[in-house]
Amino acid sequence: MLPRLGGALLRPLAARSFAAAAAAASGGPHFCIVGSGPAGFYTADKLLKKFGDGARVDIVEALPTPFGLVRSGVAPDHADTKNVINQFTQLARDPRLAFLGNVRVGRDVSLPELRAHYNAVVLCYGAESDRRLGVPGEDLPGVFSAREFVWWYNGHPAYRDLPLDLSRTRRVAIAGLGNVAVDCARVLLKQADDLAGTDICSHAVEQLRNSAVQEVHLLGRRGPVQAAFTPKELRELLSLEGVQVHMNPEDFQLSSACEAEMKATRMKKRVYEILQKAMAGPPRQGAKSLFIHFLRTPAEVVEVEGRVGQMRIEKTRLEPNEKGGDQKARGTGEYETIPADLVLKSIGFKSVGIPGVAFDKRRGVISNKLGQVYAEGGESFDPGLYVCGWLKRGPSGIIGTNLVDAEQTVDTMTQTQDSFRRVEAATPGAAGLRQLLESRGVQVVSFLGWERVDAEEVRRGAALGKPRDKLTDVQEMLQLAAAA
Amino acid sequence: MLRALSRALAAQQSLLALPQLVQQQAAPAAALAAAALAAASSSWRQRLPSAWRPYSAAAEKSGETISVTFKDEKDGSEKVVQAPLGKSLLEVAHENGVELEGACEGSLACSTCHVIVEDQEFYDKLPEADDDENDMLDLAFGLTDTSRLGCQIIASKDLDGLVVRIPSATRNMAVDGFRPKPH
Repeated sequence: MLPRLGGALLRPLAARSFAAAAAAASGGPHFCIVGSGPAGFYTADKLLKKFGDGARVDIVEALPTPFGLVRSGVAPDHADTKNVINQFTQLARDPRLAFLGNVRVGRDVSLPELRAHYNAVVLCYGAESDRRLGVPGEDLPGVFSAREFVWWYNGHPAYRDLPLDLSRTRRVAIAGLGNVAVDCARVLLKQADDLAGTDICSHAVEQLRNSAVQEVHLLGRRGPVQAAFTPKELRELLSLEGVQVHMNPEDFQLSSACEAEMKATRMKKRVYEILQKAMAGPPRQGAKSLFIHFLRTPAEVVEVEGRVGQMRIEKTRLEPNEKGGDQKARGTGEYETIPADLVLKSIGFKSVGIPGVAFDKRRGVISNKLGQVYAEGGESFDPGLYVCGWLKRGPSGIIGTNLVDAEQTVDTMTQTQDSFRRVEAATPGAAGLRQLLESRGVQVVSFLGWERVDAEEVRRGAALGKPRDKLTDVQEMLQLAAAA
Repeated sequence: MLRALSRALAAQQSLLALPQLVQQQAAPAAALAAAALAAASSSWRQRLPSAWRPYSAAAEKSGETISVTFKDEKDGSEKVVQAPLGKSLLEVAHENGVELEGACEGSLACSTCHVIVEDQEFYDKLPEADDDENDMLDLAFGLTDTSRLGCQIIASKDLDGLVVRIPSATRNMAVDGFRPKPH
């Protein structure tokens, strides 16, 4: 951040052995970041500050559009959360940084090819898959991951045609009690007019206007103390206009273990207070209903006429974890059934590995120590390869968490810079990479190209009374980006 | 059956928070449009709509300042700056080259400008944090009993001599969820 002011202060700290040597030879280290979400941009920011004027940072992004989950994840009615885009945009205009959009590693260029152009590569491509429920019927038509639903309403090009018909959807079951589940519930229950003025996709507004959704059921395996949503999101959900809220008072009888867990963290205490206050208050009026089912786990998605029709859920109880740590939910053998025309699985994103890079399957992250990537199958490190963001620590935390995370990865890079690789390619960095991509017919979208797309989105949005109307077709984006 | 078990809820959103919410929702459209139009050379900070700035213009015009010290845990550096009355610590930091993040630009939608007030006495002089600020503080890294958001601390006469720390993210601490490998 603050490229001009901050940079001047921090640069004296930066140049150390490698950077100094490299600066003398080739003008400083060349870094490549894979992925342009918050982890990618914060890493770029920290790298430029640490390694000074001679450093070059290129950000490679699979989509023509930058900013990752700030664009495709953050809820459309949380516009302020997206203000960070201004800061990233300022950073992208730094002459030491290049954005290469529409370049997917593994499709357009292999990771070894990419690495040949750089002294070090930082993988920040996040989590593009989902954890599975592991229950029968999970793959029936009408069952989606919350990620897919969010990417649909936020206009991710790969999900704009999600086979969804809200005009035939009366009841929705959402498995999970985190902020993503809350976002999905809110979008489904909120008045369409209240969303129409946001940057939500027009195709989503159209469906929401014709939505038949009457009930949304949120399901959490554990109790009100263990729910992962945060106070702001919860308060917002519980005060939606025209929405009744239903919870089971029995779920609020806390064991001493839960009591202790709740009192240990300030946030849990506040979340619990909000829930309790809501339970105690007078009933809310409205045509739509939100049900929050604690201590219930999905047991089966039941088929009715070839698609999801019901969700069978099992009651759970909390038991101490023998291995220590959080209490675990265990099934009680008592089942209930709730009708559901649409099921959203919101039990966590999952990262996907990349061939040739050590991947910790259990945790779903790239095997690393403080951001330095382990060699495959080895105890040593893969020189010049680093990781940051969800791919490094798992899919949790907020945008700001990546700031902390990037600081850690870049600290590690500073300490291990003597192990950076020599650039093998004849032309290092973005210039060489562009040559290679052009020879393959890949249209690389520069930041200027994105800004053309951006301007068009803002222009179209203005006509509709929205901050922007997102483009969702990659070909259309590429045409706009290329226009002189 | 579930219906029989369930129980309805009431809204408990504080009315006091409403004007602020309205203001926050009105602002982003302007900010985005401004961002799109702005020339590469202008700082995005200067484009912030004035409505977001919670300080009183009158107080600022008085020209009076107080002394505020920022201690950066990252590199142990310390900077004493003159803060005009009415300005937020986030603004003051940015105007003085102090590296304090402000991802949401002071709109109470992030916790990146988290600071720790060193002296309990000064902390007690601050107006209490409201729900919106507490919501964000809950998510702050390294929260302490005297934590506040920099965008919500407004320079006033009784804060002269205030010292705040900018917590270091990585100093000997692992990021959430990180567990070192056993080898």
